[in-house]
Amino acid sequence: MANLIALTPCHALLPVTIGRISVTEITPAQLMSIAPFAGKQKAVTAQLKVQVGIGLPAANRCVSKDNVTVWWFGHGVWLVNADVALNGLAAVTDQTDAWAVIAIAGGGIEDVLARLVPIDLRASHFGVGSTARTMLGHMNVAITRKDARAFEIMVMRSMAGTLVHDLEAATRGVAAR
Amino acid sequence: MRLRRPENTVTFTFDGRPVEGVPGEPVAAALIANGIKLVARSFKYHRPRGVMSAGSEEQNALVTVRRGVQSEPNIRATMLEVAEGLEVFSQNAWPSLHYDMMGVNDILAPFLGAGFYYKTFMWPRAFWEKLYEPIIRRAAGLGELNGETNLDTYEKAFAFCDVLVIGAGPTGLMAALTAGRAGADVIIADEDSAMGGRLLREVEEVDGKPGAAWVADALVELEAMPNVRLMTRTTVTGAYDQGTFGALERVAGPRAPDKPLECFWRIVAKRAILCAGALERPIAFPNNDRPGIMMAGAVRAYVNRWGVVPGKAVTVFGNNDDAHRTARDLAAVGVKIAALIDSREEVEVNADYPVFTGGQVVGTRGRHGLKSITVVHSGGHHEIITDCLAVSGGWNPSVHLTCHMNGRPIWREDIASFVPTPGSIPGLVAAGACNGVFSTAGCLEEGANVAADVARGLGLKPKVTVPPADASAFAMKPLWAVPGKGRKWVDFQNDVHVKDIQQAAQENFRSVEHMKRYTTQGMAPDQGKSSNVVALAVLADATGRGIPETGTTTFRPPYVPVPIAAMGAGSQGKGFAPERLTTSHKASLAAGAPMIEAGLWYRPSYFPMPGETHWQQSCDREVGYVRNAVGVCDVSTLGKIDIQGPDAAALLDFVYVNTFSTLKIGRVRYGLMLREDGHVMDDGTTARLGPDHFVMTTTTAAAGLVMRYLEFVLQVLRPDLDAKIMSVTEQWAQFAVAGPQARLLLNSAFDQEITDDTWPFMACGTVDVSGVQARLFRISFSGEHAYEIAVPARYGESLFRQLTAQAAVLGGGPYGMEALNVLRIEKGFITHAEIHGRTTAFDIGMDRMISRKKDCIGQAAAARPGLMDETREQLVGLRAVGSKDELMAGAHLFEEDAVASRVNSQGYMTSVCYSPTLQGNIGLGFLHSGRARHGEVIRMVDHLRGVETRAEVCDPVFFDPNGGRARG
Repeated sequence: MANLIALTPCHALLPVTIGRISVTEITPAQLMSIAPFAGKQKAVTAQLKVQVGIGLPAANRCVSKDNVTVWWFGHGVWLVNADVALNGLAAVTDQTDAWAVIAIAGGGIEDVLARLVPIDLRASHFGVGSTARTMLGHMNVAITRKDARAFEIMVMRSMAGTLVHDLEAATRGVAAR
Repeated sequence: MRLRRPENTVTFTFDGRPVEGVPGEPVAAALIANGIKLVARSFKYHRPRGVMSAGSEEQNALVTVRRGVQSEPNIRATMLEVAEGLEVFSQNAWPSLHYDMMGVNDILAPFLGAGFYYKTFMWPRAFWEKLYEPIIRRAAGLGELNGETNLDTYEKAFAFCDVLVIGAGPTGLMAALTAGRAGADVIIADEDSAMGGRLLREVEEVDGKPGAAWVADALVELEAMPNVRLMTRTTVTGAYDQGTFGALERVAGPRAPDKPLECFWRIVAKRAILCAGALERPIAFPNNDRPGIMMAGAVRAYVNRWGVVPGKAVTVFGNNDDAHRTARDLAAVGVKIAALIDSREEVEVNADYPVFTGGQVVGTRGRHGLKSITVVHSGGHHEIITDCLAVSGGWNPSVHLTCHMNGRPIWREDIASFVPTPGSIPGLVAAGACNGVFSTAGCLEEGANVAADVARGLGLKPKVTVPPADASAFAMKPLWAVPGKGRKWVDFQNDVHVKDIQQAAQENFRSVEHMKRYTTQGMAPDQGKSSNVVALAVLADATGRGIPETGTTTFRPPYVPVPIAAMGAGSQGKGFAPERLTTSHKASLAAGAPMIEAGLWYRPSYFPMPGETHWQQSCDREVGYVRNAVGVCDVSTLGKIDIQGPDAAALLDFVYVNTFSTLKIGRVRYGLMLREDGHVMDDGTTARLGPDHFVMTTTTAAAGLVMRYLEFVLQVLRPDLDAKIMSVTEQWAQFAVAGPQARLLLNSAFDQEITDDTWPFMACGTVDVSGVQARLFRISFSGEHAYEIAVPARYGESLFRQLTAQAAVLGGGPYGMEALNVLRIEKGFITHAEIHGRTTAFDIGMDRMISRKKDCIGQAAAARPGLMDETREQLVGLRAVGSKDELMAGAHLFEEDAVASRVNSQGYMTSVCYSPTLQGNIGLGFLHSGRARHGEVIRMVDHLRGVETRAEVCDPVFFDPNGGRARG
């Protein structure tokens, strides 16, 4: 059989630019979920520091060092964009292909996201390194602030098309005002 | 008439007639400027009506804007902004506003009072729905919907702040300035197109300059603050839990593609300051509804803010000092004041126009526009020629939002009105006129002080500086209704007059809530904004109680009508629900497959081939692929849950009825899950990948449900279990490869061949596909020799294309949901058609799967005698007796000689199909004592579609009952 061709979740959808907002796909080489077993959270952090240089951040936080990022990803779950070995310490599950990851940036970005995301994304409350599991339109997403005018959004791979549709609709509405 | 020649004018139309207006001014102002008094016909009696107010409380001047699909009914002409080419139409009149045939209702008025319909159209009963109601609805009503799909764009949005200031009059501006200067994140919202409230509408000074100039300075300062957001044209419509407020924004400027007409905001505020001001109330005197009779404050607003004069000879009638300002302001700009009438005896007025103290208006004339009024005072009757009557019965604080969480306002005798009960909305404080403070100086001071308190509560250090302003509050003496002949309107929007309320009391609808419903007072778009207190006063009088004892009706959200289109913004078309697409979606579409929805997923129904004209042909062919060669089907939509941890096996034993701790590594087992009540929740297979590592599959429909349920079990029922769950549904693209040639097909893809010995039935493990590590499960939902192969989703499309292409070489191909369904019915495999929430393991013949060696969820409840009764409806197979006879899902089963009625129902059909393998119509269903009735012939009756078929009861496994094909 011929070689299998790899396609990214947003391969036919992105990049797009509408007005001042640009949406591009991010394709992390690896995306592993880490769910520490009972009483093992500290040991996981210690191991991670050895393996990737950073530990597990607090709830609603995301930390980066060099090219490695660790996101808080829900109740007792984190994501890391690197391969890690935590045998006996945590359930590690490959999520690399499960999530469409996009970067959205530009002037007025908070106005666009305010059309879709029901949580407080003001920089004073949701600064750089803040992350949240929340809704975008009808979809369950993870959203992280990267800088003053840039966010990263993760949505289930199968809904990548709807994510782009909803972002485009919101952006067009804001731009038309 | 206009006081000044405007710099810039545009033309819009009213009922097709061109009208000149100033861009941005209310349509009501332009109509007044052009001397158009008759604007609308009333709700019930089709009385000619004109503009009454200058705000969202407008009761009369409701119009329809634009035509056709873009038309919008019941827009207040007082809130609608003039724009070039705008088309405005009057409502509720036929054939025209001036000659309205339905005006006959007004002549019949003595017979059409409150409760009339209920009493008159009682008999015959059937006539109500078919005859009376349609006629009444046609005769009464406001604007009409166009019935077309709304193509306009609407928006929803979320906002957050420390302090939400509701209303931008003197109080609100002062509050925003104080909180903003202290550094709080402030949102100030006002429904007007410009901020300033009454300061834009009165002639008075603030800080030594005209009110409007002070407003302009305040706005410059607020706009310069990065922590303050100003939202004009935004009505805060409701107060909800935890500091959440709904608000409707009318988006400014001309229409454009993609531009929303309106935006429905949800604003979450740590604290809120209500500065909603007050609404002037009318006085109920005979025929007080003629076009040209307006609120005194509105007349001032039109003159002072927009420079339009509502009449050539204006009369003012009030019970308070505030009304005098109207006469004063109009006289100052040269408008003739025909008379000033004050109902109070004791007031003294020095003016160079006629003044009647202790006077009351007892009659009016002029059907399409006011011509004269009759005044009674100590000196007798007077007829006064006048074309505009400015009325003031005092002011009602806008307490509405404070009542949205069931708060009741308090009656204040000195202003004869209700004021908010402090603390009615957690985190919200009322200030200014809406709190009963009626002087400008008082409003500014209270706005500043309340905002300072709020800012201190947020840990800020505010400074309070209040500019000097007019400190006089008006004095008033209540006057609700004037005696005399003729109808005295209280609720203009619903055509409710004093007698209606008295009649309600007379017929013992004495509670204010009963009176409201009997008379319809306070209903419809305005929700009694202006009429409420007057109506209560009339009811109090009629029932011999005081107003505080009578109480008030409940104000509920929304404060102004909110279009459903705004609340549902973004949910049109593809915005209705997310689309979940599999990795094979494009390939399936390219093959011409029609898609069906399975939850949010889209799955191929069948893959048509040239020459096939009916789905059944495609389906039969695809079933043949699987039974005779090999078929490929995307099964990625099934839920996949990764379960890891020292107690992973214990968790599975607890949630499944059967045992998983005994499952060998590299093997798969079918499992059944019950709810706490012993009924079946879901089923699926679970594979053991390692000692502490499993992957569970769920049905497509229940994937989210099972995930949530496992989370609940781990967090609540069994926190002692150290097991972690993670959805991997989206990580893996998974395909069923089924049929006698399945292994041949797979081996063409695998780097290393598999055999029956290395991969026996129910084996699982990893294989390499062109260097990609895949998971392989030898499981079968078709009864054939079959596998499911899973690859990381990025390779899904590529693998699907290669597998289907290779299958074609082997005489097979892709199969869709129709064929999948036929294959599983032939094998008697259940889906949620059978485990629909009311069936037990016993019912589906799986009660012996429930292990007695361990506990599991639902085990005890499933053992209840009622759930184990042999006469329960049990899963059976049904085979149509005649080869052409159809079976219908949802049809009921009856004994052959029994009448096909509800009480005789023996059961029902759940799944049906034509089986190309067995060449007949077969189905699954539930039948009383069904397992003991195999061989019996029974009647299937579908009352809905009128189908009746004789069917033989049989074992639900129609094909290959020993399962040899799947194992071999």
